[in-house]
Amino acid sequence: MTAASSSALQPVIVGAGPAGVRAAEALVAHGLRPVVIDEASRAGGQIYRRPPASLAERSANVLYGFEARRADAVHTAFDALRERIDYRPDSLVWNAQGGRLDVLHGPTRSTSSVPYGQLIVATGATDRVLPVPGWTLPGVYTLGGAQVALKFQGCAIGQRVVFMGTGPLLYLVAYQYAKAGAKVAAVLDTSRFADQLAATPAMLRQPAVFAKGVYYVAWLRAHGVALHGGVRPLRVLGDVAESRVAGVAWHDGREEHTLACDAVGFGYALRSETQLADLLGCRFEFAPLHRAHLPVRDAAGRSSVRGVYLAGDGAGIMGADAAEWAGERAALALLADSGVAVDTARAAMLEGKLHKLGAFRQGLERAFPVPHDWAAHAPDELVVCRCENITAGTLRRTVAEQGADEMNRLKALSRVGMGRCQGRMCGVAAAEILAHATGQPVQQVGRLRGQAPIKPIPIHLATTAPSTEGAGA
Amino acid sequence: MTGRKTLRTDVAIVGGGIVGASAALALRKMGIGVVVLERDLCGSRSSGVNYGGVRRQGRPVSQLPLAQRAHRIWGNLRETIGTDGEYLRSGHFKIARSEADMASLEQYRTKSRDFDLGLELISAARLRERCPWLGTRAVGGSLCAEDGQANPRLVSPAFALAAQRAGAQIFERHKVDEVMHDGKGFLLRSGNALEVHAPALLNCAGAWSGPIAEYFGEAVPLRSSHPVMAVTEPVPHFMDWSLGVEGGGIYCRQVARGNLVLGGGRGFALDADRARADRDAIATLAAQAVELLPTLRHAHFIRTWSGTEGNLPDHQPVLGPSRTTPGLFHGFGFSGAGFQIGPAAGEVLAELVRDGRSSTPIESFSIERFFAAAANEEAPTTADKTTTPTPP
Repeated sequence: MTAASSSALQPVIVGAGPAGVRAAEALVAHGLRPVVIDEASRAGGQIYRRPPASLAERSANVLYGFEARRADAVHTAFDALRERIDYRPDSLVWNAQGGRLDVLHGPTRSTSSVPYGQLIVATGATDRVLPVPGWTLPGVYTLGGAQVALKFQGCAIGQRVVFMGTGPLLYLVAYQYAKAGAKVAAVLDTSRFADQLAATPAMLRQPAVFAKGVYYVAWLRAHGVALHGGVRPLRVLGDVAESRVAGVAWHDGREEHTLACDAVGFGYALRSETQLADLLGCRFEFAPLHRAHLPVRDAAGRSSVRGVYLAGDGAGIMGADAAEWAGERAALALLADSGVAVDTARAAMLEGKLHKLGAFRQGLERAFPVPHDWAAHAPDELVVCRCENITAGTLRRTVAEQGADEMNRLKALSRVGMGRCQGRMCGVAAAEILAHATGQPVQQVGRLRGQAPIKPIPIHLATTAPSTEGAGA
Repeated sequence: MTGRKTLRTDVAIVGGGIVGASAALALRKMGIGVVVLERDLCGSRSSGVNYGGVRRQGRPVSQLPLAQRAHRIWGNLRETIGTDGEYLRSGHFKIARSEADMASLEQYRTKSRDFDLGLELISAARLRERCPWLGTRAVGGSLCAEDGQANPRLVSPAFALAAQRAGAQIFERHKVDEVMHDGKGFLLRSGNALEVHAPALLNCAGAWSGPIAEYFGEAVPLRSSHPVMAVTEPVPHFMDWSLGVEGGGIYCRQVARGNLVLGGGRGFALDADRARADRDAIATLAAQAVELLPTLRHAHFIRTWSGTEGNLPDHQPVLGPSRTTPGLFHGFGFSGAGFQIGPAAGEVLAELVRDGRSSTPIESFSIERFFAAAANEEAPTTADKTTTPTPP
């Protein structure tokens, strides 16, 4: 493919959450017809995930609460675009190479190769998992998983649920569960209420968002849900006979507590899905705010690779509102870089909002810090990588006996991150253990190198001759 | 330069792969001082990311003495390096897909008769009986029961750890950017961090060996290549053998956890250090895998990878003394087949340093073979060179 013809290609957007939808909208408004590749079957992303059409329609208010208006707006925007974009739902981008994306289409069990000249990567996020003994018991979910069950499948993860970890999602999911009629046995937050108090000035940069957080907490309190701050989760208790969650144990700094429940939702905010950016060759740097190595981008969303733009939580956790702004901003950058005249005032306004949100994000980190002593307290028998059943003790021994001091070396010597998830779930925890065991700050231990496939692909589908025409509708 | 550490030792080794590390281990066992400089982490390049075949069958006959020597080392692996590295004498089965392939396997058995490989030819009928999981393309093949497989991720770094325990000084993340000979000995520099002086130098830098050889007047046509590897999720155990195919193409093995490790085809370089599996090669590998092992049809690939290895046009390594510079010995260019013979190559290099000769025949691997035409010209000397070479 020559450079001239590739620049004439339709731009491609990966992801149809708030960032992808707003990016598509901006491109369509300027006369383009982007390809939008979505892993889900309906646009909306994780935060505004829509139930399958086959399920009884629940109102946006029921599904999204305070976010109903925004969810509706994103969905409506997408529905209005539907005929003006090349939308490819149920499609997993599993590889990128030489200006083409390899895409696996689930329902037809077929693969295709989608060429791009310009690409907006809006791959979103998954939960940041710091495991606790017992976390592999049936009945333990991530906060995001618990939320998806509620929004997508219309069911709760249990009758009597404990939510633990930290981050704004902790209270939001607890609220949504309680509102939906589930019994929330307790919310166990590893951060202290003093942290939240100290962060209040910064969080008041986004008064509406802050007010919502305050409301969830107040609502939960008013409805008799026990809220405990400054806890250290000790373990999820299991009913061995039924192989199911029976309760949780935690420490409050003075003594140990236990509480019966039949399901646990846990998580420590979110982590970015950066594998595609990695395969695309984007340069990564450690971002202290996110405690993660992330693809670098300028204020407009341009990555280090020409023609590749990054937007939304996939390039750093900023939340759904920011994702919308970043998606639109990245699309304007793409257009401007192609010589299309764009509204520069609008672009500057979006950048300003994103910049302002940075201060709020600092506040959030202060309010809900990742428990930096997690690794110090993780017992040797704790399973860190559940695909390969690798424990914290194995990781520590690999450091002590074989001198592993970097993530890829740790992976090679211990198998951590070598299973089906390829470190997408266990990588964060493994990095914390490695950093602690080697006495290095977490940024020094590096990050797992991205390798195709981003998610497992059936061998007989990998054989399909790639079509350069794309998947078609 | 302040802060630069200066070391004097008997032998400096460039490259901590399986060849350099096993040479270091062997030298230490002889009581000889060793410093290893590794640009990345020991065993992290082709030694650590290859397929993990530990195979004598199919090697050129000229390599078999070395392969037999290596076979003995592999047999004592745990005593040698302190771990079994998942080494298994599981058998290596070379598949014939035609009568012509079968004839060529038979010829190989005849050619290699002096080497006690214990090759057993298996006919189509017996093969069906013995391994019903093999696809119908196989019309027979040749089994080397004592060949097998190991985990290169574990074995290659373990050689370096063993050398270190034996007293070798190993410097990882120390790229050598200057090599010279001052008339008496070698001088190596790694940035402003380290300077090593030694009367002997081993060039074991794998795909990055070319510039060192070239600096000493021995430019050889070393090219990098990037094999494609893939691994499936664990599937129920069905196969003990490591499989290869006569004439090349796919190779695969099943590890104790149940994953299939497969290789075949070529990837591409991302930069001077890194490589990645190629899309079309993955597709070809997948198609061949399903043809060879239909049971894999619904298994998933969970990861693909590649690496960078040094290839020479005749697919034979350069192993032996430099033709220009006394004290310099080369051990590189294993052309994608160095994992099994690596430990023996290391021992040979140690012998060359100590005795000036090896007890294993290595004439076929002489660097002279690339200079046959220039044999009558006076070999260039490097005794007076003090300029900085191209960074290896």
